[in-house]
Amino acid sequence: MNMMSEAAVEKALDKKMNDISYKMIGKDVSVYYGDKRALYDVNLNVRENTVTALIGPSGCGKSTFLRTLNRMNDTIDGCRVTGRITLDTDDIYDPNIDVVELRARVGMVFQKPNPFPKSIYENVAYGPRIHGLAKSKADMDAIVEKSLQKAGLWNEVKDRLHEGGTGLSGGQQQRLCIARAVAVSPEVILMDEPCSALDPIATAKVEELIHELRANFTIVIVTHSMQQAARVSQRTAMFHLGNLVEENDTDKMFTNPDDQRTQDYIMGRFG
Amino acid sequence: MSQVSTSPSMAALGVSAKPERRDIGLRRRYAAERRFRLFGMAAIAFGLLFLFLLLFSVVSKGYTAFQQSMITIPVEFSEQVIDKNNERATNPQKLVSANYPVVARNALAKVLGVDEKDRAGLKAVNGMISDSVRTQFRDMVVANPAIIGTTQTVTFLAHGDLDSAFKGQIDLSVAENNRKISDKQVGWMNTLVESGALSKHFNTGLFVNGASSRPEAAGLGVAVVGSLYMMLIVLVLSLPIGVAASIYLEEFAPKNRFTDLIEVNINNLAAVPSIVYGLLGLAVFVNFAGFPRSAALVGGLVLTLMTLPTIIIATRAALKAVPPSIRSAALGLGASKMQTVFHHVLPLAMPGILTGTIIGLAHALGETAPLLLIGMVAFVADIPGTPLEPSTALPVQIYMWANEAERAFVERTSGAIMVLLIFLILMNVGAILLRRRFERRW
Repeated sequence: MNMMSEAAVEKALDKKMNDISYKMIGKDVSVYYGDKRALYDVNLNVRENTVTALIGPSGCGKSTFLRTLNRMNDTIDGCRVTGRITLDTDDIYDPNIDVVELRARVGMVFQKPNPFPKSIYENVAYGPRIHGLAKSKADMDAIVEKSLQKAGLWNEVKDRLHEGGTGLSGGQQQRLCIARAVAVSPEVILMDEPCSALDPIATAKVEELIHELRANFTIVIVTHSMQQAARVSQRTAMFHLGNLVEENDTDKMFTNPDDQRTQDYIMGRFG
Repeated sequence: MSQVSTSPSMAALGVSAKPERRDIGLRRRYAAERRFRLFGMAAIAFGLLFLFLLLFSVVSKGYTAFQQSMITIPVEFSEQVIDKNNERATNPQKLVSANYPVVARNALAKVLGVDEKDRAGLKAVNGMISDSVRTQFRDMVVANPAIIGTTQTVTFLAHGDLDSAFKGQIDLSVAENNRKISDKQVGWMNTLVESGALSKHFNTGLFVNGASSRPEAAGLGVAVVGSLYMMLIVLVLSLPIGVAASIYLEEFAPKNRFTDLIEVNINNLAAVPSIVYGLLGLAVFVNFAGFPRSAALVGGLVLTLMTLPTIIIATRAALKAVPPSIRSAALGLGASKMQTVFHHVLPLAMPGILTGTIIGLAHALGETAPLLLIGMVAFVADIPGTPLEPSTALPVQIYMWANEAERAFVERTSGAIMVLLIFLILMNVGAILLRRRFERRW
């Protein structure tokens, strides 16, 4: 896939991080479910080609914030978002923004692997097909192969592309879902606790995969596992009771956080 | 029960002593379970018993309806009887209106050795022949006038009373005056059976004939065709309308008071007595819209209205059963709402939708009351060519035959019930097969 050496990739990424460019900017984002307020004026920026981890105790609003980034909250009755979120220069809550197009740019991987009850090939090909990304059958084959390779699943499934996606193991299913998201060539991939239903070995594979995907995509990941946040992310944001407590470089966050609450949470004093 | 002593050797090994066993009501719990299982099995046995009784009563009464007694004898198509004055070249009506029952009567009288002058005897012979020979022979002669004057071996229907007697359904111990068939006719019947002239044939007429006041010639043809038209209309109208309504309500419509009200109303409509739909159909389709009475079209429309709530409820349940994660997956990829529904949700809901539809159709197939009100309870002899022509329906035909007095209609009623049941079984098997075909795991 990528012909650059590991070191070259790291170097390129580091350079990018030095002249920071923000892929998504959230300003004063508040979310209401009916009368209940779930997020309080969150200001959080997502850096390009960076893995941003969202951590915090259950019900702190991290998944809610994640879902505002591709407007998946729109599907929930009575959900209201205020504030401003931009993707590059576009305000994604602008009435002129098409939510279908937005989701083609900001893909999502869910907590529970949810492949379509179709073949592996069809699972991956579905996104490119509805968006008309492949001109021919050969094009589509290439997209499917590339996506499965990026998701590290190609070698395991190349001989049974036309068997059901639901017949795979949990970890494979989740990587299939990642391949499915990657196939649309989004700019940002949102992951909502992608490893919570997986065993440690499958988790390790997905984490490795996240690390590789960073070269091409901007990733925002919600996780309950402190270690996972430390392993996969460069930036970490800590949520508590609907507020953004702190957002910092992951290294700093886990060694010397600015906020006492972050310190307590990371040390396991609450949550 | 409780084991108090622990073996000393175990204690020596350092195994902890077992505490006094607690009464946690195991015996009571298992007894309750056994009781419940017994109740369940009793309930199923009760249901099966009545199902068996129903089937036994219907089949034992009805199986004879699938055979019909027919007489096969040489028949002389006498020019004397059919066209005495040889007018058929100038008057084509002559062959149509000729007295064909006499042709059959004479033929049978000849076989039985009854004298042509014996008027009482001839009358008795006539009583053994179905009046349907009139049309049968007429059709033969009109199709091929050359057979006039020749003798042909013809198979024709025996009279319904003779048929009943032959099948042993008439109690011959009753005084002769009080039964439909005389001792003389019974004697002739036996002669005919011995010579092989009277025998039972498969009753194709039951499936192709229309209504007739003569039980031996009455059939379900009109009813079957009418029911088929109606099922087709119901399927074509209620499936798309019902599925579209459910998809809109379930996937697109906002959840508010108004949609709640609609939902309650749909549930109520499903419980409205079918006769009310009949009155509605009479008022709207016949009186207001001016569609013909007794037509399968109106019947189909009324049954559509009746079936719609069933289909909508089943479809909504099937849509609700599709896991939300599939919707999220599609939406997360950038599929539009409509693509999500039609590419992912609908295919997964298909088995449930089809099952609901076929159950609704089966319900409609067996529905009688609304059809009575729109005039489908009619004497229709000719098979309707279009849904606009008068017709009846299977359950209505059963209702009408059940009201007839002749013995031969009793077996036909049960026979018709069997045909209806077979249709229902076929539809249910179809539902199961379709469900298997569409079923997918997720």
